[in-house]
Amino acid sequence: MSTAALAARTTPRIGVRASLSRNRRWALYTSYFFLILFAIFFLIPPYYMVVTAFKSDAEVARMATNPWIIADGVTLDQFRILLTQTDFLIFFRNTIIVTVCTVAITMVVSVFAAFSLGRMKFWGSGVLATGIFLTYLVPDTLLFIPLFQIVKAIGLLNSYWGMVLIYPTLTVPFCTWIMIGYFQSIPKELDEAALIDGAGHLQMLTKIFIPVALPGIIAAMIFAFTVSWAAFVYPMAFLYSSDQQVLTVGTVTSLIRGDVYNWGMLMAGALMAAAPPLVIYAFLMDYYIAGLTAGATKG
Amino acid sequence: MAEVALRNVVKRFDNVEVVRNISLDIPDNEFVVLVGPSGCGKSTTLRMIAGLEEISAGDIYIGGEVVNDLPPKDRDIAMVFQNYALYPHMSVFENMSFGLKLRKFPKDEIKRRVDHAARILDITELLDRKPKALSGGQRQRVAMGRAIVRNPKVFLFDEPLSNLDAKLRVQMRTEIKRVHQMVKTTTVYVTHDQVEAMTLADRVVVMNGGVIEQIATPQDLYHHPKTRFVAGFIGSPAMNFMRCRLEQNGAGLRLRISDAVSLPVPAAQSERFQPLTGKELIFGLRPEHITEPRRNDRDANCEFDATLDVVEPMGMETMVYFTVDGQEICGRVDPGSAAGPGESMRLYADMDRMHLIDPQTGLVL
Repeated sequence: MSTAALAARTTPRIGVRASLSRNRRWALYTSYFFLILFAIFFLIPPYYMVVTAFKSDAEVARMATNPWIIADGVTLDQFRILLTQTDFLIFFRNTIIVTVCTVAITMVVSVFAAFSLGRMKFWGSGVLATGIFLTYLVPDTLLFIPLFQIVKAIGLLNSYWGMVLIYPTLTVPFCTWIMIGYFQSIPKELDEAALIDGAGHLQMLTKIFIPVALPGIIAAMIFAFTVSWAAFVYPMAFLYSSDQQVLTVGTVTSLIRGDVYNWGMLMAGALMAAAPPLVIYAFLMDYYIAGLTAGATKG
Repeated sequence: MAEVALRNVVKRFDNVEVVRNISLDIPDNEFVVLVGPSGCGKSTTLRMIAGLEEISAGDIYIGGEVVNDLPPKDRDIAMVFQNYALYPHMSVFENMSFGLKLRKFPKDEIKRRVDHAARILDITELLDRKPKALSGGQRQRVAMGRAIVRNPKVFLFDEPLSNLDAKLRVQMRTEIKRVHQMVKTTTVYVTHDQVEAMTLADRVVVMNGGVIEQIATPQDLYHHPKTRFVAGFIGSPAMNFMRCRLEQNGAGLRLRISDAVSLPVPAAQSERFQPLTGKELIFGLRPEHITEPRRNDRDANCEFDATLDVVEPMGMETMVYFTVDGQEICGRVDPGSAAGPGESMRLYADMDRMHLIDPQTGLVL
């Protein structure tokens, strides 16, 4: 083959490769542009929260200074007053109790539910699984009036133990749903092997399914934790004395008096309230993502 | 150690009968292979023996005891699955000892058994690894080890080599045979691969459409298939089938295959086939019995000319394909004597190895 013919054959291929890499470069530029845009957009509120939490009341109130920087120097006054002169620590303790109990109840109920619905095929299990998920779609703002009657009848009105009872109605359906998907992604031969090895259903669950599905279980735990930690509507409706109050509602109700907003302390409170979920996310992020993707690929 | 017996076993899924009234006796220590195409009911049969599927009718015996309603764990069986089914979060040692732990064996006994099985399978140095750090062949060994440590009455294998590459499959096949010779235990092995069936089995059970077509030793199955299905399923390339008519030819019989080709029935078999004279039948002959004329004492009447369509050199032999009366026929000839495609070649049919099949019943006559 002549040199000219060779050149004619190879030139367009180089052109194709060049345009491919240019395409890819532009795709990357566009992705990064939007990623940075969204990152800035979502980081503005937390940044504002952090900056304000370390300002003095005088600086927060002064309209003339730039609100995005700390002009008068960092102060921990807001945190000191919040921890010593308000019920913030009580709110924090109540929230921890409610969240720990809610996560525990949710995990026990939804692991068993998901195992039986996802693995022990019985009449109506498919319908039941879908039904459980549908209950998750009912917003809590619709439910709090009937739930008010129930909580009152049980005698748990204005008690954080009422929250321990109610929060699982928000968390169990979704956690069960995540875990049904996860359990279903475990090969069927694994339980058959366990059956032949001599395991009963409970042993199969505790010795095989829970360890194998640990990423899914952790993802579900993080979800239950987040819902329970950040719940607002139910404590707002059912709790009214400050010794029973949780962080979300307690911070707002005790630091906003009439039309006086203690912005510095509100932001310091929000910062401390946001810290535990952040720490937990940071440690379990890998598990969380693995859990979400497994749930996503398996119907 | 125990014998396994199936009596009139039926399995229905909704209204579809996938296993139809099969009966089978497997003596103690025998290696039986269930073989057949996809959907023939072989895996379902194995799973019924394991207790993973309930049976719709009939009885299954293990060691003389009816086990119809016993859960898998009480049947004293061990099973090796196609995808290994190793517990991913446990080490090899834990995988192998899981069944013994559940049965509350003492620790030193567990260790002794696992070490023994690991030595047999040559996986001693892998005992601390997790399954994800093992190759396919090693995983399959661990799955076998998990079965061996239990020292069960029956081993069940469900297509254990299907996930391995061709070379490893041959290796593991030998390994399974070696292990069975060392650990004498009744074994039921399911595969769709007839080579696996032939090489491993003491007896092969050929299944098709939910029924047992034939139970026989590998040699017997190859030389004396009872049905057209078995004749066509066992052997690679498959047996050639040709429509033919049985004709009287003086004192003997001839098979008329086409206007140009007719072959003599050997004298030894003429008497047996005499009553079928004049009937339309199917003539079966394996490719290895259609060769170039090579025997000195051969009958020249068994020779014919064929124009080759396709020629496939395999190295030690050459496959030749040609058509007779619209039916594709395969022959196996010496590479040196093979003609090229489109050329005519003299071929010889070893009629001593012929099979005649009734087209209505599909039975070999």
